[in-house]
Amino acid sequence: MRPEVPLTSPSLAAPLGATGTSLKAQLHRAERMRKLRAFALVLPLLVFLLITFVAPILDMLRLAVVDRDLSSVWPHVTQSIGAWTDRSKVPPPAVFDALATDLHDSYHARTLPLAARRLNYALDNGRTLVFGTARRLPETSADWRATLIEIDPHWGDLKTWAAIDQASGPVTSFFLLAAVDRQKTADGHIVSTPSSQAIYVEVLTRTFKVSFTVTLLCIVLGFPVAYLLATQPPRRANLLMILVLLPFWTSLLVRTAAWIVLLQEHGIINHALVWLGIIDAPVRLIYNRIGVYIAMTHILLPFLILPLYSVMKGIKPSYMLAAKSLGASPTEAFIRIYLPMTLPGIGAGALLVFILALGYYITPALVGGAADQMISYFIAFYTSDSVNWGMASALGSVLLVATLLLYWVYDRLVGISNVKLG
Amino acid sequence: MAAGRQYLTKEERFWRMALYVTSGLVLFFLMAPILAIVPLSFNSGTFLTYPLEGLSLRWYHAFLASEQWMRALRNSFIIGISSAVLATALGTLAALGLTRADFRGKGLIMAILLSPMIVPVVIVAVGFYFFFAPLGLTASYTGLILAHTALGTPFVVITVAATLKGFDDNLARAAASLGAAPVTTFFQVVLPLIAPGVASGALFAFATSFDEVVVVLMVAGPEQRTLPREMFSGLRENISPTITAVATIMILVSVVMLASLEMLRRRNERLRGIRSA
Repeated sequence: MRPEVPLTSPSLAAPLGATGTSLKAQLHRAERMRKLRAFALVLPLLVFLLITFVAPILDMLRLAVVDRDLSSVWPHVTQSIGAWTDRSKVPPPAVFDALATDLHDSYHARTLPLAARRLNYALDNGRTLVFGTARRLPETSADWRATLIEIDPHWGDLKTWAAIDQASGPVTSFFLLAAVDRQKTADGHIVSTPSSQAIYVEVLTRTFKVSFTVTLLCIVLGFPVAYLLATQPPRRANLLMILVLLPFWTSLLVRTAAWIVLLQEHGIINHALVWLGIIDAPVRLIYNRIGVYIAMTHILLPFLILPLYSVMKGIKPSYMLAAKSLGASPTEAFIRIYLPMTLPGIGAGALLVFILALGYYITPALVGGAADQMISYFIAFYTSDSVNWGMASALGSVLLVATLLLYWVYDRLVGISNVKLG
Repeated sequence: MAAGRQYLTKEERFWRMALYVTSGLVLFFLMAPILAIVPLSFNSGTFLTYPLEGLSLRWYHAFLASEQWMRALRNSFIIGISSAVLATALGTLAALGLTRADFRGKGLIMAILLSPMIVPVVIVAVGFYFFFAPLGLTASYTGLILAHTALGTPFVVITVAATLKGFDDNLARAAASLGAAPVTTFFQVVLPLIAPGVASGALFAFATSFDEVVVVLMVAGPEQRTLPREMFSGLRENISPTITAVATIMILVSVVMLASLEMLRRRNERLRGIRSA
């Protein structure tokens, strides 16, 4: 069809003599120009996204491993901690001297809170240790090691020094390890975080569990609707399609607001259930897992119905008729002939729903309780409420990697540009 | 199909009934929240529950009288329209390039161009916040518009590329052979024919921005709060019935967008029909 196609056929590329090569070269050049022009059209958007989208995300990944908070305010001790080679004992006296200098300097420069905050990420008592010691620090001492341990015996703990060592920058694995509930000991071994502080593995498991349940609910609820839409005459199918598309196009916040109104203790659903005699007194349907499941399933259901519908549309009814004419019962024909042909649609829809569910933040934040928050909630929390960008970035990296892996699978199986938008 | 109804076996009739009942219930589940919240916005009482105490427009008056909500409405449209215009321009160009030729790395470029659709918004918001806060782009309209443009472009690329697949390249070649410059060909021949697709893409981009709240939560200052952002705080604190009025207005906007999209789809089919006739 296109003029460049014959280029690849051997009849033209083969022996044409001197003028032939020049024709070939000309065609080559024209083809290259065409590709270049096409690329030039894509370039503005590519550059725009690299700046506003890719670079910020890469920067977030960088922040998950960069750690300069402590070294910027405590330059001496973070430099000299390299002298701490025998990890079974506390560091040599020089390191204690450096610490005393830094404590003294940062106390007067009022940068102590920065150091205290960073150490508090790794140590339960980090803040009190730093402030308490700085306040009671004498002007001079002949033996800083003895003095500091006397002021607060925690300076004699290997744990304290391991924390300083890991916070001394410029890069650290602290945040990434913490994001999977792991930490490094003084001698460099990676161990599980004590169960009293370990929360992120649970949050991650919860995120996957909620996403999985919502995906399952979407398959169960979406299949009959997609089937109905695919088998009705076009006019009626179009009308029914509006019932799927209108909620799809309605703002997420509007739908979440509606569910809060419907599910609250004195809301419509509780009233209806009491009136029907199903329950005696209003039950709690919101600010718990039930509310999260209901609202998220409602919001994500169209993402399953639409791709499944378009796959089912392509299944010819004659297959079913053939199965029946060969003696299959309708149920048998459906299970053995129709269902297997819908699997690509179910797979595409389910994967899309699962990927989208993983990153959910707003809906669980509004209709869930404290025990229902997913990983996105903690990323947002560490960014704006408790300013710990390292932790926010580390958790963000974990979520990003999980999403990109699934995106890759989706792209392989379905092709990302085949997403159906209704 | 309809003629065969009387020949259905008992088994088939059972499954058909089961299908109607379950799909009916699921469709009701999909529509219920929308159906439930609209009447509540006309309630004269302050309780968000049925039966209504009486009909009134007081919550709409409250919405219109509130400086805060009006600013949010303005912001939603300013940010939504600006980012839709930008996304449409960038996305349409890219779609033209992507459908015109195969070049090296096209698969990877495509994956990057469409990834804003897949990457969790919270990551986009956090990344944008960390990266652009030092440049003073947080708490500014520019920052929000840029972020929302990035989120909206994949929808433009997909919609326009799909429309271009049905475009007959010979039309552009004919224009070129008659002496039209590429830019003239684009505006005189290509754009009028793919206009419905471009407009659909613009609608998708606008809807993306109009619905977005996570980026606004992190990047916007008090001056740039949008409708979803105000709804978010409203739902977190105490739910005033004014929210039901806002919700109803936003549902109305969705209905208008959905209707326009359907209109554009039909127009696109008509344009293609003419071509193949």
